[in-house]
Amino acid sequence: MMDLQAKAKHIRELILTALAEAGSGHTGGSLDLVDIFTVLYFNHLHHDPKHPDWEGRDKVVLSIGHTAPVLYATLAAAGYFPEDEMLTLRKLGSRLQGHPSYEFRLPGLETCSGSLGQGLGVALGMALAAKMDGTSIGSGTENRVFCIMGDGEQQEGSVWESAMAAAHHKLDNLCAIIDRNRLQIDGGTEKVMAIDPLRDKWAAFGWHTIEIDGHDFSQIKMALEMADNEKGKPTVIIADTIMGKGVKSIENNNQWHGKVPTKEQLKDFLHELHQ
Amino acid sequence: MNYINKGNKPTKTGFGEGVLAAAQQDSRVVGLGADITNSVGMNFFAEAFPDRFFSMGIAEQDCVATAAGLALSGKIPVFSTYGVFAAHRANDQIRISVCYNNVHVVIGGAHAGVSVGPDGATHQALEDMATMRVLPDMTVISPCDATQAKIATEKAILECKGPVYVRFGREAVPDFTAENQGFEIGKAQLMREGNDITIVATGHEVWEALEAAKILEQKNISARVINMHTIKPLDGEILMKAASETRMIFTVEEHQIIGGLGSAVAEYLSENHPIKVVRIGMNDRFGESGQASELMHKFGLDAEGIVNRVLREWA
Repeated sequence: MMDLQAKAKHIRELILTALAEAGSGHTGGSLDLVDIFTVLYFNHLHHDPKHPDWEGRDKVVLSIGHTAPVLYATLAAAGYFPEDEMLTLRKLGSRLQGHPSYEFRLPGLETCSGSLGQGLGVALGMALAAKMDGTSIGSGTENRVFCIMGDGEQQEGSVWESAMAAAHHKLDNLCAIIDRNRLQIDGGTEKVMAIDPLRDKWAAFGWHTIEIDGHDFSQIKMALEMADNEKGKPTVIIADTIMGKGVKSIENNNQWHGKVPTKEQLKDFLHELHQ
Repeated sequence: MNYINKGNKPTKTGFGEGVLAAAQQDSRVVGLGADITNSVGMNFFAEAFPDRFFSMGIAEQDCVATAAGLALSGKIPVFSTYGVFAAHRANDQIRISVCYNNVHVVIGGAHAGVSVGPDGATHQALEDMATMRVLPDMTVISPCDATQAKIATEKAILECKGPVYVRFGREAVPDFTAENQGFEIGKAQLMREGNDITIVATGHEVWEALEAAKILEQKNISARVINMHTIKPLDGEILMKAASETRMIFTVEEHQIIGGLGSAVAEYLSENHPIKVVRIGMNDRFGESGQASELMHKFGLDAEGIVNRVLREWA
């Protein structure tokens, strides 16, 4: 767990540094997903950063494309590409586009995203394909697909089309993770367009549901293992998170949804991370 | 090109036969259904390969996103529904999950044009070529009859690399092209020689244009007829030849004159060989209920309508 703490801290540094250098981007959501990404990539997924196209790998679909920095930083920290490349974020010619692009074949990136409400459908297609292919190409276990969604994203109707279809096809190799930070651009999710009772909705759609503290490594790990072991239905993990987690002055402040630190603020934030 | 009407057959049947033929050759082909499996030609495939056909319900947005996921995992998904729902309801999913990823997903757009008939405007695809053509990396095919629909679909599935939209109709229409027609995606077919005017048609309108050319011949107007079965990529070479060898170009499509074949031809020729281009199609309005033939006549899309328009412009 100490090791995971250190990884998470490092990924937060990479994110903040890259965003400050880029001068634009989404800080809040990127930071609050760090702990989940850390456990996924360093303590759960079947994957091989040296062989990103390994057919036996599990796949991650980042449906909330605007939190691309957390995906990029985690992939870099895991060794998919050099960490220096984080400084090209959002710049002309970079593989690290503002929202993930498949065009540049960034190692470890499975699909583009950025238009909300599509990732779960894409992940469902991948999970269907994995079911068809069975364990023949894998590591002895069926390939699993993880889809990271935002809570505001739950307002997109297409999410629920995919939710219905995944349960109908009994895709127990599919696991959705919802970043429940309760904030979106116009304010609190329950004020903008209420999505609660969120867990009941997913349960009604035929999913295995789990609710956790999205910053507690052991809860994250346990939920991922429960999802692995669930048979006959897909699992959704509703992860309660704090937008901007890790930097006290921006935590739970939706002003930081689409804002980045200045170079001055970056110094303070990095200092705070190391305390 | 020689042709003979072998009898009437819907192009959707040709599409379905093409999917089946491709699936028999390549086990990666999978199908997605949005409840209207029979009426969009996917029944042959679904019956032959039930393990490779997934019923997804009336959920076009999910169908397209799921197709993209399947393609990213090495499958060749074919998703067919009415063109209005494929091209419009799921347009954002086609744009991002399919086209931006540039994955090989084949989308069937059924119920093309007003010849859908009694169902009326909601189900008559009249803007689908416009919204599909504008997307980067998308190939748009509009075969002229059932035989061509089969060949084009099989090739679209087995030979294309990126996203493809194949458009086809509901009505039984003349099936007149030969099996060994040497069909190539992106290469238009010269159906009839002529040296006064050129009629560039797509879909079932190719047949109407050929009938129109016969009538025009009796009125001493020699009409060349081109089957532009691929709207994108457009065959510029055959258009350049027509523009230099004939004096006026007419385009005919069961689609809005904005954004489809007519626009594509006019765009190409205005840049490369300016010449008068007259676009025949739906003139910025919705369709309505009626029998297919009545609607084709009302909107000037049958042979008689084409002849009348040519005579008016040529005078």
